[in-house]
Amino acid sequence: MKKLNLGAVFAAFLLTAAACGSDDGANTGGDNASTGGADENTNSEEVSGSILVAGSSAMEPLVAAASEVFMEENLEASISVQAGGSGQGLSSIASGQVEIGNSDVFAEEKDDIDASNLVDHRIAVVGMGPAAHPEVGVDDLSTEEMIDIFTGEVTNWSEIGGADQDIVLVNRPDSSGTRDTFVKYGLEGNEPSSDAITEDSSSTVRQIISETPGAIGYLAFSYYDDQGSVLPLSVDGVEQTDENVMSGDFPIWAYMHSYTNGEPEGLTKAFIDFLFSETVQDGVIPEMGYIPETGMQVERDAEGNETAK
Amino acid sequence: MPATQSVADRLLDKKKTIKKERTGKLVVYTCAAIIILTTLAITLFLVLRGIQAFVADGVSPIQFLTSLEWNPSRSAEQGGPVYGALPFIVGSFAVTILAALVAAPLGIGAAIYMTEIAPSWGRKILQPAVELLVGIPSVVYGFIGLTLIVPFIRENVGGQGFGLLAGMIVLSIMILPTVTSIATDALRSIPNGMRESSLALGATRWQTIRRVIVPAATPMLLTAVVLGMARAFGEALAVQMVIGNSRTIAESLLDPTATLTTIITLNMGHTVPGSTENNVLWSLGLILLVMSYLFIIIVRFLSSRRRFS
Repeated sequence: MKKLNLGAVFAAFLLTAAACGSDDGANTGGDNASTGGADENTNSEEVSGSILVAGSSAMEPLVAAASEVFMEENLEASISVQAGGSGQGLSSIASGQVEIGNSDVFAEEKDDIDASNLVDHRIAVVGMGPAAHPEVGVDDLSTEEMIDIFTGEVTNWSEIGGADQDIVLVNRPDSSGTRDTFVKYGLEGNEPSSDAITEDSSSTVRQIISETPGAIGYLAFSYYDDQGSVLPLSVDGVEQTDENVMSGDFPIWAYMHSYTNGEPEGLTKAFIDFLFSETVQDGVIPEMGYIPETGMQVERDAEGNETAK
Repeated sequence: MPATQSVADRLLDKKKTIKKERTGKLVVYTCAAIIILTTLAITLFLVLRGIQAFVADGVSPIQFLTSLEWNPSRSAEQGGPVYGALPFIVGSFAVTILAALVAAPLGIGAAIYMTEIAPSWGRKILQPAVELLVGIPSVVYGFIGLTLIVPFIRENVGGQGFGLLAGMIVLSIMILPTVTSIATDALRSIPNGMRESSLALGATRWQTIRRVIVPAATPMLLTAVVLGMARAFGEALAVQMVIGNSRTIAESLLDPTATLTTIITLNMGHTVPGSTENNVLWSLGLILLVMSYLFIIIVRFLSSRRRFS
C-alpha cells in the first residue's frame, strides 16, 4: 500500500513536470530573466534531455558549477559531470560514450586519439607557475634557475640567493596535464628530476609545499589562497597574475578544452553556448580562479605557437 | 518435528525436504559458480590487457622487469619513452616486508595476550579495538599519515618525511587487524588438552606458550602474516599519500620511493585507454595479480602442513 502511494505521487509529479515543460515555454523564460541576464546566451528554444560530460579533474569543479546554473535555468535539462582525467575525457568523446569530453591538453597532443572528428571549444584558460614554501627566501626565478631547480642541478636555496635550506621537489604524475604544461612552457621541455616526490592531486601538492620547509612545486593559479600558505614565485620578473597571462607576458598557461564529437547539437550546443556566455565567462570562471577565454589577447595552437589574437 | 506424525505425513514431508534441498543446492552452486567465473574472468581480462604492452606495443618484457628507468613521457629526441618497473617492484616488496616486520610481532603478541594471558576482559577490550581499525577507510589512514607521521618523521628522524618509513608505519597499522584476528583464530584452535598436558608436566604458562602453543600454531600464524602482506601489497591510496612516489629505488628508510599500486593510481586517469602508457599500467596490474596468486599459493602450502586433529 505504501509503495503504491509513493508510485502514484511520483507519477503525478512526473505528469505535472512534463506538462509545465511542454505547454509553457514562458515559464522557463521567466526563470532565466529572474536569475539575471542570461537570456541572450541560452538557446531561446526549450532544451531538454540529458548529457554526460567527462574528463579533466581540473575542469570538473568549473564545469559542474556551470552546469548547476544551467540546470536551474533549464529545468528539463540534466547534465552530469564526471572527473576521470584528461585521457579518459578524450577517449570517451572520441568513442562517443559521452557528449562532451574535457581535457587540459589538445587532443592532437595525445597519441592514440583520433582528433579528426573532434571539435575544440576552449572555454577557459588556466595559468600555472612555480609555488614554493613561504620561507625559502626567494621570490623570483629566472627560467634557467627554474630549470636547474626542477632538474636537480641546484639542490639548495642558498645557491640561488635564498635561505640555507635543501630544495624538496614536489611533482605531478607523468601523464598529468598540469605537468605537461609546466614542462613545456616553464621548463622548456626539460623533464623534472625523478627523485621528486610525486602527488596525484594539486590540493595534496599545495598541502605538502605549505608544510615542508624548502619545498617547491607547481600549481594552477586556482590553488593559490589568500592566507599565503604557498608562495607563487614570479618568473623572469613577471608575476603570476591573470592579467599577465591574458596579455601574453606570463608564458605558463593552458587552455581548458571541451571537445564534442562533430558540431554540437541540441542540449550539447546549448550548454557549450552557455559556457561562452557572460554568466560563465565573467562570473563562474573568475570566481573559481580561472581566466576567461574571451579575455585572452594571445592564442596558441596545438604545436604551442603563440600569436596575438 | 513431532514424533506423532503419521507415516503418510512423514513421506510427504520428505518430498518437500528433498525439493527444498534441491533448491538450496541450486542456489549455493550458482553462487559458487558465479564467484569462480568472476575470478576467472578477471584473471583472463587482466592477462589479456597486461600483455598488450609487450605484444602490441613492442615493450620489451625484460626491460620492463629489469630496467631502473621509468619515463613514459620522454620525447623521441631524448631516446623515446622507457618503461622500467623495477623500482616499483622493489618498492612494493620493501614496504610490504617492512610492514609485516612490524605487524607480525604486534599482531601475534596481541593474539597470544587475548587467547592465553587475559582471556576474559583482555579480549573484550582488545578485540573490538583491533577490529575498529578495519573499518577506517584507507584514505583516512593516508591523511593521518600525511598530516601527522610525515611531519613527525621530518622533524624528529630526518629526511623529507615522505618515504619508506612513513609507508611502513601506515601499512603496518592497516594490516594489524588481519594479522591479529587470524592469529587469534589459530591460537584458539589449539586443543585445550595440549595446554593442560603441558601444565600438568610442570611447565609454566610462559613455557607452555613458547614451547607448545606457538610452535603448534606456526603454520596458521605464518598464514596470518602472509595474508596481511597480501593486503599490504595491494594497498594503494594510503601508501600513495605518504611514500613520496619518486621513481627511484630507496637507499634508506627515509628515501621516497613508489610502489606498483601508487604508479597505477597516479597515472590511470590521465592516460588514454589503449595507448602504450595505459597498457603498461595494466602490465603493472598483472604483476600485482601474479603476486596475489603467489601469496595464495604460499598460504595454501602453509595451511596444508601438519595440523592437529
